[in-house]
Amino acid sequence: MNSIKGIIYNCRHATFLIEKKQIKKLTFTENIKLRIHLTGCSVCRIFQKQSILINRMAKRLIGDSENKDRKLDEQFKRHLQDKIENELGKNL
Amino acid sequence: MEITHTKTQMGTSRSPVGISPIDPLQWVKKYADYLYTYAITRINDEEQARDLVQETFLAALEKIKTFEGRSSESTWLTAILKNKIVDIYRKKSSGLLKKSDVSDAEQEQKDFFDPDDGHWNEDFRPKEIGVEEDLLVNDEFSIILQKCMEKLPVLWSAVFAMKHMDDDATENICEVLKITPANFWVIIHRAKLNLRACLQKNWI
Repeated sequence: MNSIKGIIYNCRHATFLIEKKQIKKLTFTENIKLRIHLTGCSVCRIFQKQSILINRMAKRLIGDSENKDRKLDEQFKRHLQDKIENELGKNL
Repeated sequence: MEITHTKTQMGTSRSPVGISPIDPLQWVKKYADYLYTYAITRINDEEQARDLVQETFLAALEKIKTFEGRSSESTWLTAILKNKIVDIYRKKSSGLLKKSDVSDAEQEQKDFFDPDDGHWNEDFRPKEIGVEEDLLVNDEFSIILQKCMEKLPVLWSAVFAMKHMDDDATENICEVLKITPANFWVIIHRAKLNLRACLQKNWI
């Protein structure tokens, strides 16, 4: 399969390049191929938008939950505290 | 003055100026919730997340002498926890489990594209699902995303989390998860295809 023709019509490959692009700089040819594909393919344009959204959300998820805190219950914390004191005691 | 770090000082000792102090008696109060949250957002298992917090503290106590104060106490503890999480990723994604959950997920996305020309198949085409800026802050949408992440094969979600949540270097991810770079890119692509499809299916 001719490579240019292949990518222009190949959404599977285009979505691969969309993922790669968000992590690493594409090569010159990859970039051109992807741009041509996206110009003609509205479905992959939607994919790209949503893919970027998912990555942004994943980052937020971490930030969010680290701010909000999902809390450990007090009983387990006491258990942890005892364990630590115990271990420290062993070394005294 | 000569500062000696004997075991009897542990827990109350303050290190020399410029080096972070270490105080295990404060760990639970200061870091337990943080470490728990860190664990649970990466492994989605409450029971296991609790165990990991405990193991992290115990491992830290054992290694306390090697703590050099170059990083903060919290960075140090987080690094210990992170290593333990990677161990779990590795264990879960090796062996029998791996084969079945990966092949299920691969099966699922076989239908996404036409096998001959690579076009999106009609039923699986991405559709508009809403305004990005609204979705980004929508709690319900975020819960669906988390559920979709849980459905991914363990290895895929490990790769996804390490890359897109923790921003780890690709070489590092390949090394700790024992995958080739080619494999890494395939997984990154497939994980996103499944995640996106799962979001669309459960949101609309």
